[in-house]
Amino acid sequence: MTKVLELVGISKRFGALTANDDVNLSLKQGEILALLGENGAGKTTLMNILFGHYAADKGHVRVFGTELPSGKPRAAIEAGVGMVHQHFTLADNLTVLDNVMLGSEPLFRFRSARTEARNKLMQISDRFGLPVTPEAKIGSLSVGERQRVEILKALYRDARVLILDEPTAVLARPEAKRLFETLRGMTKEGLSLIFISHKLHEVMAASDRVAVLRGGKIVAERDTNKTNADELAELMVGRKVERPVRQEHDIGAPVLIAQKVRLENDGETQLNNVSFQVNAGEILGIVGVSGNGQAALGALLSGLAAPTAGELTLDGNEVGHIGPRGMIMAGVGRVPEDRNSEGVVGELSLWENAVLERIRSPKFSRWGFVRQRAARDYTSALIKRFDIRGANPDTRIRLLSGGNMQKLILGRVLANDPRFVLANQPTRGLDEGAIAAVHAKLLAARAKGAAILLISEELEEAVALSDRIQAIVKGRLSAPIHADQADAQRLGLMMAGVWEEDENAA
Amino acid sequence: MTDAIDLLLNTSLWAAVLRIATPLIFGVLGALLCERSGVLNLGIEGIMTMGAMSGWLAVYLGAPLLVGLLVAAICGALLGALHATLTVPLGLSQHVSGLGITLFASALAYYLYRLIVEVGDLPPTIEPFEPLNIPFLTDIPVLGPILFAQAFPTYLALFAVIAMAYVLTRTPLGLAIRMTGENAHAVDAQGLYPTHIRFGAVVVGSALMAIGGAFLTTTAFNSFFPGMVQGRGWICIALVVFASWRPGKALIGALLFAFFDAYQLRLQTTTEGVPYQLFLMAPYVLSITALVLVARKAEVPASLMTPYRRGER
Repeated sequence: MTKVLELVGISKRFGALTANDDVNLSLKQGEILALLGENGAGKTTLMNILFGHYAADKGHVRVFGTELPSGKPRAAIEAGVGMVHQHFTLADNLTVLDNVMLGSEPLFRFRSARTEARNKLMQISDRFGLPVTPEAKIGSLSVGERQRVEILKALYRDARVLILDEPTAVLARPEAKRLFETLRGMTKEGLSLIFISHKLHEVMAASDRVAVLRGGKIVAERDTNKTNADELAELMVGRKVERPVRQEHDIGAPVLIAQKVRLENDGETQLNNVSFQVNAGEILGIVGVSGNGQAALGALLSGLAAPTAGELTLDGNEVGHIGPRGMIMAGVGRVPEDRNSEGVVGELSLWENAVLERIRSPKFSRWGFVRQRAARDYTSALIKRFDIRGANPDTRIRLLSGGNMQKLILGRVLANDPRFVLANQPTRGLDEGAIAAVHAKLLAARAKGAAILLISEELEEAVALSDRIQAIVKGRLSAPIHADQADAQRLGLMMAGVWEEDENAA
Repeated sequence: MTDAIDLLLNTSLWAAVLRIATPLIFGVLGALLCERSGVLNLGIEGIMTMGAMSGWLAVYLGAPLLVGLLVAAICGALLGALHATLTVPLGLSQHVSGLGITLFASALAYYLYRLIVEVGDLPPTIEPFEPLNIPFLTDIPVLGPILFAQAFPTYLALFAVIAMAYVLTRTPLGLAIRMTGENAHAVDAQGLYPTHIRFGAVVVGSALMAIGGAFLTTTAFNSFFPGMVQGRGWICIALVVFASWRPGKALIGALLFAFFDAYQLRLQTTTEGVPYQLFLMAPYVLSITALVLVARKAEVPASLMTPYRRGER
């Protein structure tokens, strides 16, 4: 098979950090290559060099035999390379067609050829099985649809090599599956693809070949059918990683009880007659396809939204209307869904973020002044106890990797031995090592008697950690099932909204 | 009271509305173009002052009126290039840079004026643009004197509205400008240069602002004096929001403000017993009210005031 793309001796440094170190990689006609690596291994940097967003310090890129000038996305596009960015490069207020057409015509032209463009877009959309509405605004589309537009943008520019940066990071499992089917179809149309991932199961399921990147270097290349997930995990992390296993133990008394809770926002019912209970020393898993009310449930349990009807009690006390501060005082620990926008304040230091929730406690403030030394000491202890790497109390928190940031959030929550913990997508976007660490911390809190509600879109995670599982579908909760009854088929049915009505509905 | 209504039926009021609106139309189009690309240009007040001075000065020194407008546009473009340099490649605060440009450009305009022009008891004057009085059309009852007896720059302003609307919505360049204001990363990812697009938009937008300023000294009045822009630039910044960043609505906004202004001027002379300051205030109060009513639904360009740097989100 012919090589469509070659990276030769690519090196790139950012200050003291070597992001890529003499990377050689090639892509063959019609194959799907997975670029596997942990966060910070240099995957995205490498692809940004390939697409021309960055200029490499050393080395060069050849597409269909010709060398690309460095640092020019336009040259990459014209050579037939398309990139689907992890953070979509779309404008929400403009239409699908606008987004697709941008850059495809010479700028100084008297009139955009919109009709022709629409026809071409529809033709491509048919050919690759990627349905879109050209006049829809991006802002009104689901995440999956936006990704489709992002892919169509590349295809519209006649891309023959497609690079997808963490394409499933934002997708629910069924959407991800559909995406990989589409990608497979593209290879039959003669396209060659590279996708970046740190998820082993999808690399195993969807690729022909795997290149493993660690510390900026390619450490291994394997044909997918000649390797296995365990080997890849070890190559990726550089050591053996095992996720901790939940031990059966005695479950305590009920801590948090929701009874027939209803939540409305702007006249829209987000939670409908929701009942559940979480007991001491228990993890209750809430599974479901994203956008089915998880966000509303998270807001409710964080104190950010109050129930319209129904009752929420913690240790017998009503907590539905006490607000976020009341929740914290009542002993609720919160791990929010989006750590960057809700979990931490990026521009503030670790110690400021660590004490932010409890800044009024006498431990951290006196006479209206912050007790900085106490706060720093406390943060140092957290850093040690929760194995937060590459930081001291004065580091700005946005410089931390997602995994280390999440460890700080968990540390902040768990250090106070909370009665109840809301863990909303606690491992989203984290790599294998960090996931294992987060799981271990949650299980440790469970062993100490905390009641934990875990909202997760990762089924393996929910099944591995939870004692009981409920599915959330369109704002309603299924009856709980025990983890040992949770096989893939049953969970699949539950997430599709098929379950036996329990008369107590809890 | 009947006086107030009589005033509304007077064609001279409506002709004045168009005339008063002209500098605002140029200013608001210029500000709109900058903001659609993602750059707030608070230099507008100073750029209009500089345009007023330089356009007038060119004519005073012997250039034809049209060349005066051109000189104003070039001066505006240069100041725009300064603002763009500070805010686009350097990514400095757009507020600070804009206010700095306003202070700098106003002071420079007054300084150059004093340096070059001998001012006696009265400021020196030029021969301004005269109403065109288009044959036949001017004779149409009511509409004729309102629409077809304006000076050349007013027609230029109306043409600019149409041109701006067309370019923004119908051409590839317009799409690129709008996209840069929404998400500059998208523009970069499609192989275009968001920094070039912003730079160009700010330069052209600033030139339009300066032409708006030059209207004051080459058409509305025939001389230059300090403070003559009188906050029109700030009004334009507010009108952009009122217009929800759309050229057509910007025209309506400019006309609305000009109407309040023209009407209050006439009411001042016909109404007794009311302090004239109340009338002076009226256009601003009404504009703020209209702004509050409309602005809540305005579609702000998503990356307005967000400098673009590659590899940063």
